[in-house]
Amino acid sequence: MSEAQMKVSDEIAITIENMNKWYGTFHVLRDINLTVNRGERIVICGPSGSGKSTLIRCINALEEHQQGSIEVDGTLLSSDLKNIDKIRSEVGMCFQHFNLFPHLTILENCTLAPIWVRKTPKKEAEEIAMHFLEKVKIPDQAGKYPGQLSGGQQQRVAIARSLCMKPRIMLFDEPTSALDPEMIKEVLDTMIELAEEGMTMLCVTHEMGFARQVANRVIFMDQGQIVEQNEPEAFFNNPQSERTQLFLSQILGH
Amino acid sequence: MSDLHANSVAFVRTETIPESPPPGVASGPIKWMRENLFATPANTLLTLVAIYMIYLILAPTMPWILNGVWNANSLSECREILNGKSGACFAVLSERWPQLLFGFKYPAEYYWRPTLAFVLLFAAVAPVLFFDLPRKLLVMTALYPFIAFWLIWGGTILVPILALVGCGVGYAVYQRFVASNFAAGFFGGIAAAFIVWSLGGAMIPEGASEAAMLQPVPSRDLGGFMLNMMLGVTCVSLSIPIGIALALGRQSSMPIIKWICVVFIEFIRGVPLITLLFVASVMLSYFFPPDSSVDLFLRVVIMITMFSAAYIAEVIRGGLAALPKGQYEAADSLGLDYAQAMRLIILPQALKISIPGIVNVAVGLFKDTTLVSVISMFDLVGMIRGPILASTEWNGVYWELLGFAALLFFVVCYGISQYSQWLERRLATDHR
Ligand SMILES: Nc1ncnc2c1ncn2[C@@H]1O[C@H](COP(=O)(O)OP(=O)(O)OP(=O)(O)O)[C@@H](O)[C@H]1O
Ligand SMILES: [Mg+2]
Repeated sequence: MSEAQMKVSDEIAITIENMNKWYGTFHVLRDINLTVNRGERIVICGPSGSGKSTLIRCINALEEHQQGSIEVDGTLLSSDLKNIDKIRSEVGMCFQHFNLFPHLTILENCTLAPIWVRKTPKKEAEEIAMHFLEKVKIPDQAGKYPGQLSGGQQQRVAIARSLCMKPRIMLFDEPTSALDPEMIKEVLDTMIELAEEGMTMLCVTHEMGFARQVANRVIFMDQGQIVEQNEPEAFFNNPQSERTQLFLSQILGH
Repeated sequence: MSDLHANSVAFVRTETIPESPPPGVASGPIKWMRENLFATPANTLLTLVAIYMIYLILAPTMPWILNGVWNANSLSECREILNGKSGACFAVLSERWPQLLFGFKYPAEYYWRPTLAFVLLFAAVAPVLFFDLPRKLLVMTALYPFIAFWLIWGGTILVPILALVGCGVGYAVYQRFVASNFAAGFFGGIAAAFIVWSLGGAMIPEGASEAAMLQPVPSRDLGGFMLNMMLGVTCVSLSIPIGIALALGRQSSMPIIKWICVVFIEFIRGVPLITLLFVASVMLSYFFPPDSSVDLFLRVVIMITMFSAAYIAEVIRGGLAALPKGQYEAADSLGLDYAQAMRLIILPQALKISIPGIVNVAVGLFKDTTLVSVISMFDLVGMIRGPILASTEWNGVYWELLGFAALLFFVVCYGISQYSQWLERRLATDHR
């Protein structure tokens, strides 16, 4: 992977300032501060229940935060529905369980949002969809239904579905953790390719090989806080905090 | 690793086992019977018992049906013809046929009008039921209520045209405003339609109905199976959309809407339909402006629709609850707004899950239309219980008449059930 391709621009994609979130009285996210530049690839890791999913779901307003501010692409996330829809159409998201629409074919899954949200003509939307399905290497499955595909194929369709909206930022919430080992690679390859093209990415994942290869920053979260962040080399070879060391020894130690 | 049956565990397969055809799948009626009817002694015994039971039922009924008399003018004439032999008196069906179908007051020279409306019904529902048909045919569906209304009730054509224009204007207003605000579009559309209707209603000349092409027929002259069909079709087609709206309203994040829906559903479900029908027949007029005499048919439609809409709402709520949260999140994360997410993602799946339940309610509703006979509307059952059985000619022909009513309802309900099974198979996308 060449350095030039992986260049990060100075332009800011996401700013999160003093963000706090509660579930009822449970303080899930505490004083999160995070700035993401365009083209940056960030891997978020941390123990289960540390609030990783909650954090990235706040970025496209799937969860509401109660304090602080989140600004995506210059649009401030508030309860204003217009802003929320605008941000959601700029930010793609992939889920752990794919969440494809089972009643629509693969092609329809991919063309739905462009047609209804972007008002792209059907024909053009189908061309775009086929382009991205080719990119994730499953154009031949376009006429099938999600239930007929393997997990890895479904996750790649989910990525293609997000890409069809031409998002400027992609969020991944443990995209490979519901997959069998041999399917993990095909999904990671797709994500690596995306990273090489300069997509701004936030990935919650425990695939440390992926983090080393493509991330330019790794964030470690615990108990709703960002405990440590660093470049991957430094993060893995020389973790500063005790909690990070413990976590890394558990996840890399076998 | 178990070492139970080999000294060495190590094993490498060196050649592939050749493909072979499945073991003999001989077929034929004899084999089928041996496998399914006479497989074991107990099975054989059950088969013989079942055959004997069927014989017990058919032995008296078959001669009764086959001996049936189709031409006679009264029960006593039937008995004369049968001359002591066992036999049905189907003559009541042939003699009272029009009454069974259209009631006893609908003018005989206009029977062609409801018949035509019935034939057109198939053209109107086909594009809804079979969505592989060209979408243009939906125009027929949209026009059908107005055509059918005019055919059955007659009167001046200006009334259905005015109703149609009102709907058109309402829809146009809705389209115009819905982009900016759903509520504005929705209520604006309804308001516009009402304005058109009241303005237009004032302009229809007094005597227009008398001079009309189709003579007017008042609602109280409707009857027979036609009345059941009209109530069934109208109420089912109204209660499904209302049920969907109620189910969505019950899930709404807006407390007022949510509570209105909850109270409505719980209240209507907790009251017997008969009670609602009595309310419709005697009391509902209090709720309308005093000088407007709202048609009894319309009042009954309102009541049955509310009743089944409440049930359908609960069925659909079950379907909505069965959808994983991820479907909502995926729709949201793609930027679809609420209406789009519901229409394109959530409802198609929730409705598919709810098909058996909805069909259950629809079949029940259709049969419940016979309850209107207790508020002295002469539907099929009302006709049988009232004018026909009470007449001197046919007093006492219960089996033939009630059997005929049962058969008619069975045919329709079985058809609905078959359609829903076809639909479920057609929509099955998970494992194909
Ligand atoms: N809807 C909710 N209501 C209440 N508590 C919740 C809700 N969703 C998550 N939580 C809690 O918030 C905390 C953070 O959850 P989150 O899903 O963000 O963790 P995570 O870091 O993604 O964990 P995992 O690695 O298991 O996915 C957890 O303790 C969880 O129990
Ligand atoms: Mg998570």
